[in-house]
Amino acid sequence: MKIRAQIAMVLNLDKCIGCHTCSVTCKNVWTSREGMEYAWFNNVETKPGIGYPKEWENQKRWKGGWRRKPNGRIEPRIGSKWRILANIFANPNLPEIDDYYEPFTFDYEHLQKAPELEAFPTARPRSLVSGERMEKIEWGPNWEEILGGEFSKRSKDANFEGVQKEMYGQFENTFMMYLPRLCEHCLNPACVASCPSGAIYKREEDGIVLIDQDKCRGWRMCVSGCPYKKIYYNWSSGKSEKCIMCYPRIEVGQPTVCSETCVGRIRYLGVMLYDADAIEQAASVADEKDLYEYQLKVFKDPNDPAVIAQARKDGVPEAWIESARLSPIWKMAMEWKVAFPLHPEYRTLPMVWYVPPLSPITAAAEAGKMGVDGAMPDVRSLRIPLRYLANMLTAGDERPVAEGLERMLAMRAYMRAKTVDGVLDEAIAKRVGLTGLQIEDMYRYMAIANYEDRFVIPTAHREATEDAYDLRGACGFTFGNGCAPGENEVNLFGARTPTGKPAKTPMEIA
Amino acid sequence: MIAYLNHALYGWYPYLCLTVFILGSIIRFDREQYTWKTGSSQMLRQRQMRIGSNFFHIGILVIFFGHLVGLLTPIQVFDALGISHGFKQMMAIVIGGLAGLMCLVGILILLHRRLFDPRIRANSSFGDTAILVILFVQLVLGLLTIFVSLGHLDGHEMTKFMSWAQGVLTLQTDAWKHVQDVNPLFKLHLLLGMTIFLLFPFTRLVHAWSAPIWYLGRKGYQVVRTRRNLQAAR
Repeated sequence: MKIRAQIAMVLNLDKCIGCHTCSVTCKNVWTSREGMEYAWFNNVETKPGIGYPKEWENQKRWKGGWRRKPNGRIEPRIGSKWRILANIFANPNLPEIDDYYEPFTFDYEHLQKAPELEAFPTARPRSLVSGERMEKIEWGPNWEEILGGEFSKRSKDANFEGVQKEMYGQFENTFMMYLPRLCEHCLNPACVASCPSGAIYKREEDGIVLIDQDKCRGWRMCVSGCPYKKIYYNWSSGKSEKCIMCYPRIEVGQPTVCSETCVGRIRYLGVMLYDADAIEQAASVADEKDLYEYQLKVFKDPNDPAVIAQARKDGVPEAWIESARLSPIWKMAMEWKVAFPLHPEYRTLPMVWYVPPLSPITAAAEAGKMGVDGAMPDVRSLRIPLRYLANMLTAGDERPVAEGLERMLAMRAYMRAKTVDGVLDEAIAKRVGLTGLQIEDMYRYMAIANYEDRFVIPTAHREATEDAYDLRGACGFTFGNGCAPGENEVNLFGARTPTGKPAKTPMEIA
Repeated sequence: MIAYLNHALYGWYPYLCLTVFILGSIIRFDREQYTWKTGSSQMLRQRQMRIGSNFFHIGILVIFFGHLVGLLTPIQVFDALGISHGFKQMMAIVIGGLAGLMCLVGILILLHRRLFDPRIRANSSFGDTAILVILFVQLVLGLLTIFVSLGHLDGHEMTKFMSWAQGVLTLQTDAWKHVQDVNPLFKLHLLLGMTIFLLFPFTRLVHAWSAPIWYLGRKGYQVVRTRRNLQAAR
């Protein structure tokens, strides 16, 4: 057992209103630059839909994630190492910018400078890539907003696998939900595995996956490797970029920008302790439906003395162990089991989890044709098909998602009984395997969602790894490369480099 | 005057080019690694990449290593192995010719893409286009020399280039004399070839240094970095 800590995230889809505040604040902070206009580290999709980039969940097309070989070991679906190198001159699995959308601006100046015309001047679109006129904008980062477009196109959504989808094209049966997406900061990241340069790495301290911009050479295999298509090739700088989990904020104990600005308070951030030695085995289980359960086993109980002792031995700071005990992620994913990983079948062991949304009961159930379980409707009669959610969150296994939804319904029933009828109905809690106290806890975290409950983020302990005295006077006002000390401890001309970006970043192989 | 030019261009110029090639690469790697990249534009346009880029790269790699082995292996080695100069020349013509044609197809496609695709054209620096044109010209010169070589198949001409290249690298001050009376096509090819080394560190060609072959030897798949041992490591 080797205990490491990670800052994980849960998004409560039951409360997401699809306002895109997360996307916009993220873009303003991180990707409003040439080459990254098309990239959204965070985007919100309306489901069902093919998403952004087009059909990202269709791994037959994009070949993202991992593949289990007949011998039981896993390799990136784009191929073994030599296959990846063989494709390096022209990557056959790389999305083109049109699969995201061609970034554009409008000729705003024309509005001010147009001569007197008979027709009202308009600002027509222009490509930000080529600078040429675009006659018609045909796709964008959120083209399917609120079920935009024909059902026949949207229904290519891979989550319809095993669902008789034709009936959901009818107006009476239609359903929708929002899916905000960002980098999953996986325990078994396929992007890291497919980077030939070794430029992508996972941080041991907080699990954040980053791309070393100096070491990235632009071989662009990570873009294909990532099944969530959350690595973006900056076509201007020639380097790949991705969500950095706002690590400068996380390191000082602040939530990410998307979480901080979420008006629906749907995002949670907290520490999860995991066993780094168990990752490979968990990612290699034979049956895809077991991946969710096996990932749960990788997480270690922060209240278990043996785990605490091992964590201390492995150098997890005390404050992090304490935060793990208060982690909202632990409560939702492990204690109440209402949060689930996004597409565990990709075998990446993702660390951004989702609480599935409840939905109105269908007309059929209202007419008494479908089951109503006492005061609570049967989750199978909800408008969003259970199988659809299960395809998204548990590799098609409906049982865990159904239990999660039942617990959320029980929370409503229990709290309604308590606040309206003034009755503490322990039976409701018991029926879903919880206690009344646990349900009230759930209510506090999921319905009230106070800031300090949603975000339990310990600060990074730089003082343990860096001598601030060495940094004194290291980087002042200079022109050019003053703050980039170069690769070596001693520079080309014999002088010691100031901050000493360490000659070799200690690198270990998990 | 001719002798002076030959001396300068084939006696001194190689050292200028080699120095800039090596020092320039080291300095750029040390100081400007953010600029060290392939500069791939595949993401902007897939079309033409599969054939163009693969043909170009495979062709040019065969040509490069062919030149490396052909020019720098001491003649004595060929003699000891019993490979006649004529046979060696035929080999160079056949392998180099095929790889050259493959590369030519590739580079024509890439050149067409770079000059006529609006997306690629708008995002090409002067250096990107220039180095592609230079490589194209060099390739055509190289292919044209085949016709000169077909005129004398005894392989003697070829040994002159080997003597010159090996002479330059072993600091023989009169190495230039080996090539002073070869066909002007060869001379142009040599000159432009050296110039490519000169320009190398200032273009996207530097990505060739970073060919990630060591990826094959990476233990496992995952990379984890820690700050914990920084103090100890220093």
